[in-house]
Amino acid sequence: MIHKSAAEMATALASGEINSVQLVQAHFDRIASVEKQVHAFLHLDTEGALAQAARIDAKRAKGEKLSPLAGVPLALKDVMTQKGIPTTCGSKILEGWRPPYDSTVVANLKKNDIVILGKTNMDEFAMGSSTENSAYGPTHNPWDLTRIPGGSGGGSAAALAAFEAPLAIGTDTGGSIRQPAAVTGTVGVKPTYGGVSRYGLVAFSSSLDQAGPCARTVLDAALLHEAIAGHDPRDATSINAPVPPVVQAAKSGDVKGMKIGVVRQLNGDGYQAGVRSRFEESLELLAKAGAQIVEVSCPNFEYALAAYYLIAPSECSSNLARFDAMRYGIRVGDGDGASAESVMNLTRAVGFGREVKRRIILGTYALSSGYYDAYYGSAQKVRTLITQDFINAFTKADVLVSPTCPTTAFKIGEKANDPLAMYLNDIATIPVNMAGIGGMSLPCGLAPEDGLPVGFQIMAPAMQDQRMYCVGASLEGALLSKWGAPLLSKAPALGGAK
Amino acid sequence: MGRTASFKSTCSRGCQVNLTYDDVISKYEPVLGLEVHVELNTHSKMFCGCTTVFGGEPNTQTCPVCLGMPGALPVVNEKAIESTILIGVALNCSIAPFSRFARKNYFYPDMPKNFQISQYDEPICVNGYVDVEIETEEGPKQFRIEIERVHMEEDTGKSLHVGGATGRIHGADYSLLDYNRAGIPLVEIVTKIIPGTGKYAPEVAKAYVAELRDILRSLKVSDVKMEQGSLRCDANISLRIIGSDILGTRSETKNVNSLRSVERAVRGEMIRHAELLNNGARVVQETRHFQEDTGLTRSGRSKEQAEDYRYFPEPDLVPVAPDAAWIEKLRTTLPERPSIHRKRLQEQWAVPDKEMAAMINADVLDIVEATVVLGADPTKARSWWLGEISRVANEREVAIVDLEITPSDVAEIVALVKAGDLTDKLARQVIEGILNGEGKPAEVIAKRGIKVVSDNSALMAAIEKACAAQPETAEKVRSGHLPAAGALIGAVMKATGGQADAAKVRELLLVFLEQGR
Amino acid sequence: MSSLSRDDVANLARLARIEMSDEELVNLSTEFTVILEAVARVQEVAGADVEPTSHPLPLRNVFRPDVVTPSLTPEEALSGAPASEDNRFRVPQILGEEA
Repeated sequence: MIHKSAAEMATALASGEINSVQLVQAHFDRIASVEKQVHAFLHLDTEGALAQAARIDAKRAKGEKLSPLAGVPLALKDVMTQKGIPTTCGSKILEGWRPPYDSTVVANLKKNDIVILGKTNMDEFAMGSSTENSAYGPTHNPWDLTRIPGGSGGGSAAALAAFEAPLAIGTDTGGSIRQPAAVTGTVGVKPTYGGVSRYGLVAFSSSLDQAGPCARTVLDAALLHEAIAGHDPRDATSINAPVPPVVQAAKSGDVKGMKIGVVRQLNGDGYQAGVRSRFEESLELLAKAGAQIVEVSCPNFEYALAAYYLIAPSECSSNLARFDAMRYGIRVGDGDGASAESVMNLTRAVGFGREVKRRIILGTYALSSGYYDAYYGSAQKVRTLITQDFINAFTKADVLVSPTCPTTAFKIGEKANDPLAMYLNDIATIPVNMAGIGGMSLPCGLAPEDGLPVGFQIMAPAMQDQRMYCVGASLEGALLSKWGAPLLSKAPALGGAK
Repeated sequence: MGRTASFKSTCSRGCQVNLTYDDVISKYEPVLGLEVHVELNTHSKMFCGCTTVFGGEPNTQTCPVCLGMPGALPVVNEKAIESTILIGVALNCSIAPFSRFARKNYFYPDMPKNFQISQYDEPICVNGYVDVEIETEEGPKQFRIEIERVHMEEDTGKSLHVGGATGRIHGADYSLLDYNRAGIPLVEIVTKIIPGTGKYAPEVAKAYVAELRDILRSLKVSDVKMEQGSLRCDANISLRIIGSDILGTRSETKNVNSLRSVERAVRGEMIRHAELLNNGARVVQETRHFQEDTGLTRSGRSKEQAEDYRYFPEPDLVPVAPDAAWIEKLRTTLPERPSIHRKRLQEQWAVPDKEMAAMINADVLDIVEATVVLGADPTKARSWWLGEISRVANEREVAIVDLEITPSDVAEIVALVKAGDLTDKLARQVIEGILNGEGKPAEVIAKRGIKVVSDNSALMAAIEKACAAQPETAEKVRSGHLPAAGALIGAVMKATGGQADAAKVRELLLVFLEQGR
Repeated sequence: MSSLSRDDVANLARLARIEMSDEELVNLSTEFTVILEAVARVQEVAGADVEPTSHPLPLRNVFRPDVVTPSLTPEEALSGAPASEDNRFRVPQILGEEA
């Protein structure tokens, strides 16, 4: 059962083949058997999840009309607040904190009767591309436990790939949903900025952050997308328009006549050979399905990484200022003669990890008087240029595509001491966040040289998320025909019995 | 006034100096800058729906947003924007077609996010002015104070410092934070630098704050109570040598909690700066705190090591672009300018200047006007509010507006006296009853059985009885010694439980004793 | 080539309220030399004629009505507090002046 898609589980629940308590329990059993190897979760809410499942089963028994995904379990990235449940954001500074309120995403999940199994591991405060920056230890890629599952949302992606949950929520600021999806062979979507409420999403970079659906299939992601998206009056930056028809698009998967633009600056030049070859094969499949492949150029993309590593740290230096040991979180150094200032300084020194500190200092610098124009100010101008590049490109193509990231999953520890090398993982994903448009990664094969998953990225114009799902579904279908079975069935077995 | 009073102060090297204000202004001219913070009277906070009611139990009016909890997001209060635009329009400002919120980043425990959402280079209102008039030896003088900007921001929480001797921050062991006030909308009004006030700088500063207060009160956007902190003033002062173009170093003075303090603070700082400069010392650019008891300022945080606030546009909020139609609609709701309003009332009521000033100083002008609007004679309305009711307010140490009695009550009472249904003395009893919580005028009158005894026969009976009881006094009156009538009138009043009209009694009594006409 | 000295980093750490050891300060100073060079590239295209973006969406005038909504209870508000007293957050002595 745990190897099914969420849509299939939903069908089974609706038909009575299984009930939610059984389904949820089956997942907790799976988690118990593989977690020691994978370490996808930071907290499991066994009691709460089973209680919720029981309530849903009772509703179903009464004949109440339920949401499409009602009773299906889900893993929640530990950056979203869930009332009364520990939320750490992968950081020591929030150890033990239980928020007194639900994020809107969680409220929507509860409204749709989706069962939250627990909180997943992540790079601290969403800063990283490998989940090695978690204060609670790394997560291991189910494809090869010595390798990273991507980041910052490695826990959610690994949970999916290890069949610990059929659905997950991630957040994406520079690729933190898409890149983990790529290296774990799963599907991850960053909706158009403002499509999903950020209320309760612990902020890293406010103008870039976005929560999104993660799953093993495009349709599952679409179903989850519709459950969590929508306008939220508590988020002044949320889009006040209907959720795009992503489920319909995922079911159609018809790309005939669509123009698919390959971005020259992201075409795989210099990327790992297997990544490139899988990407090009996917293009051929899409062409066979009736799409027209065109080339577009986005010359300012080469500055995207630099701009991102100014904007995101700047915003985060401000967003993380609230962690000062006064109102919540840990407090260090409170004793004789301690001042509020010394307690703040020491708590933040002890509570934040190295990457977070690095970015806070960088951001503080980029915003400081005398440097603002040269750094933060200039980066925001580059953003305008990137947005313009996308607008131009979308006059020539309906969606744009690229490999999701330059390499497959690298070994844990391989890039930990080289920040710049680590940052390069996001080179293809970052432009999407800069412009606020939608981006999806779905698996397009294994790299021949290492047998590890490769991701295919689809980018759609702002508020046209359904286009990604349409193209994604088409490619997914074509690949499934080619492989004969889902890619994840090739992943090594984990834990005890399957 | 204290213009020639001397202030003893200590210069930077510890020597005592004794400079008079006249000394100061003979050599230097002051340059002022005034920043006024106004707490808006919206029902909910600037960025969240928590109530803004004053005096709640600690941390009962907070939520994830105003506590700055991880994941919380601000959403702008529409009424706050409207109030700010109204303020801008009333101050003759241009309303920016496009304005943005910005983060002002610094760490302090009373600021939950360790940044304040404020406005930086794109404030909502710019370039206005306020005209003030002050009384001088040479007659009234007008000054135009130019407004640089009006912008919006959020208030901080309140800290209680525990363990120190004075409850102040110095020497405290620890502090307790209450965030009920955090997030309440604040409007900051900043003047351009104000040169050319010369020796009148203290009076001009005071007049500006007073006029601002009256304008804001007339707009009904704030309680503007300086003592309660809904109107706060920071005064920036520097001195330059008369005739010089070079501006001096300025100091900023905070904790100026009344109009009188504004005047005193400006004067005190002018003298302090002059003493330093005369002694060849440097004025330090710093924040100082005004001390009510001494009229002097104490050094606070040095602004020379100013914190870099690293302003950047607030990413969680979108720009404010009020359309011209909305602004015009708000402009039509502007009330009459307070100074014009006051002049008009003074003419209408034929009130001498001194009495007008008395009403303004006692802050009863609005309430008297409300009473007159309901039909009461202005003089009578004034005398009740400034007289009996003021007395009780002072006794109870509350503001007149906080008493139970309303303009409609007073108007009713004035009407009853006019109609002869109450005497002044009885009216006083009714007022006493209302202030004691016994209800509205009609209720008090009914409960206490207050009634003018106007029935002549009843009065005659009492008069006859009194005269019979005091035959010698009656004889005195009969023989022309009229003042003696007082004792008899008193007796009649007592006999009628104070409910007779004393004047009527006197009339009847004199006729009875063949002294009346 | 832009760089940050150890003292520059120390100033930034002070602004950011993070205590740092000498070793950390020196390491960051070294790292930043490389990072700053990489990010300074943005200046190449950030011409005077380009408007900065601070919002991906062209939204304007998003407001909420001036209506009171329920607050947290003091227990909820203080639930994560490292220290509290009389329903207030208790913090160590504050050295700096109020702004």
